[in-house]
Amino acid sequence: MLLIHCPYCEMDRPELEFRYGGEAHIARPADPMATSDETWAEHLYFRSNPRGLHAERWRHISGCGRFFNCLRDTVSDRIVTTYKAGEARPEIDRGAA
Amino acid sequence: MKFSALSVFTQGLGGNQGWPEQWRSPEPKSAYDAIIVGAGGHGLATAYYMAKEHGMRNIAVLEKGWLGGGNTGRNTTIVRSNYLWEESEGIYEHAMKLWAGLAHELNYNVMYSPRGVMMLAHNIHDVQVFKRHVHANRLAGIDNEWLTAEQAKDFCPLLNIEKNIRYPVIGASLQRRGGTARHDAVAWGYARGADRLGVDIIQNCEVTGIRRDASGAVSGVETSKGFIATRRIGVVVAGNTSVVMAMAGVRMPLESYPLQALVSEPVKPMMPCVVMSNTVHAYMSQSDKGEMVIGAGTDAYTSYSQTGGLHIATHTLDAICELFPAVRRLRMLRSWGGIVDVTPDRSPIIGTTPVPGLFVNCGWGTGGFKATPGSGHVFADLVARGEPNAIAAPFTMDRFRTGRLIDEAAAAAVAH
Repeated sequence: MLLIHCPYCEMDRPELEFRYGGEAHIARPADPMATSDETWAEHLYFRSNPRGLHAERWRHISGCGRFFNCLRDTVSDRIVTTYKAGEARPEIDRGAA
Repeated sequence: MKFSALSVFTQGLGGNQGWPEQWRSPEPKSAYDAIIVGAGGHGLATAYYMAKEHGMRNIAVLEKGWLGGGNTGRNTTIVRSNYLWEESEGIYEHAMKLWAGLAHELNYNVMYSPRGVMMLAHNIHDVQVFKRHVHANRLAGIDNEWLTAEQAKDFCPLLNIEKNIRYPVIGASLQRRGGTARHDAVAWGYARGADRLGVDIIQNCEVTGIRRDASGAVSGVETSKGFIATRRIGVVVAGNTSVVMAMAGVRMPLESYPLQALVSEPVKPMMPCVVMSNTVHAYMSQSDKGEMVIGAGTDAYTSYSQTGGLHIATHTLDAICELFPAVRRLRMLRSWGGIVDVTPDRSPIIGTTPVPGLFVNCGWGTGGFKATPGSGHVFADLVARGEPNAIAAPFTMDRFRTGRLIDEAAAAAVAH
């Protein structure tokens, strides 16, 4: 079970308090009517699914209830850092993890 | 050497010391007509049918570890074809028909045992969904029937149908032709069959890159044993599909999750069939060794760790203890995880890709074992001919652009 640091509560809490929210930093197309099928497919279904650092959303559902983002190594499952929603992905290479 | 009563007898006289190796361990040639990446059940079946039905003998299967060591050796061996949509019925039933004759076809005992797969309903929604499946399957000529709770208990006496548990059993659907097969034997049987037809199975040979020519078409693969030229590549690497396809610059509609299973200490035969429950998320069967084979769920997050959270497994055991009180005191011997590649609609992707010469068979998610023969059969056809046949055609990657999804979330909701 992961131990996840909520950047709002500023506490390390067990994974059971959180809900996974999928890959982070995926923006919905700004103009839906002008968006092609390819772009919609990319937005809805295609994911980077990396073997390495993954930026993902979590929600502290049994705590503050807020969404935040997390950088995790998908091979070791080690969490490198968590950061608040709206903040840019920290520039950390996998070697530093 | 062919397995027969006579060969078993004569080898027995010699203390079983004279059996030859079941397949060669060749060094890779500099070029092949086609290369299959991944020597799991699906990849080996693909190579076998390419050689047998399409006469392609100059082909190789590359495997980064040992054959059958990925999800083929990690699943819970369940075989069934009771999916909802016609497209799914087409491919899973194709596999089911091949299972029936597979041991004979391969001259290898894959221990296919159609002992029945029963899926439990615990609420009105389950009843409606499973009855819909029963009717859809029967319209397609696939056996599936509805049982009351009492009939379910007659079929599986271990089952607890008392009303005093958290989610009482109120009915079940039963596919009698469903059952189990010996997962390792499937990989070994296909490997032996393909090897005898001249296919090179190269283990400990990791693909590290896909080389393309000026036109964009594939021209070969970089591997840990050097460059191998080929004009056709079939990628069958389950949880690592996104990683391998990225080598050719192709993004996939996939996410990879750890899926766990566990087995108990072995006991005398007591579980006559496979029982699955989507709602309380548990399923169990008994192996011929006597172990209770129990499937747990996927972790919430994507991972390549080949392990999983303990709370996922204990959650499943809670449900198992309610449904089968007789096994409560059994101790679990082993648990393990595999990495499954899950598509948005829980149906596989079998098709061409934007890169000429590159084909992919993936997205079998939590339930690919049952499809092994059918998957290999249609993918062999695709790689050999360059275009999908009628069974494979609906499973293109293009369906995520057109919106023609094949939503099997209900049939595949339990990790199975």
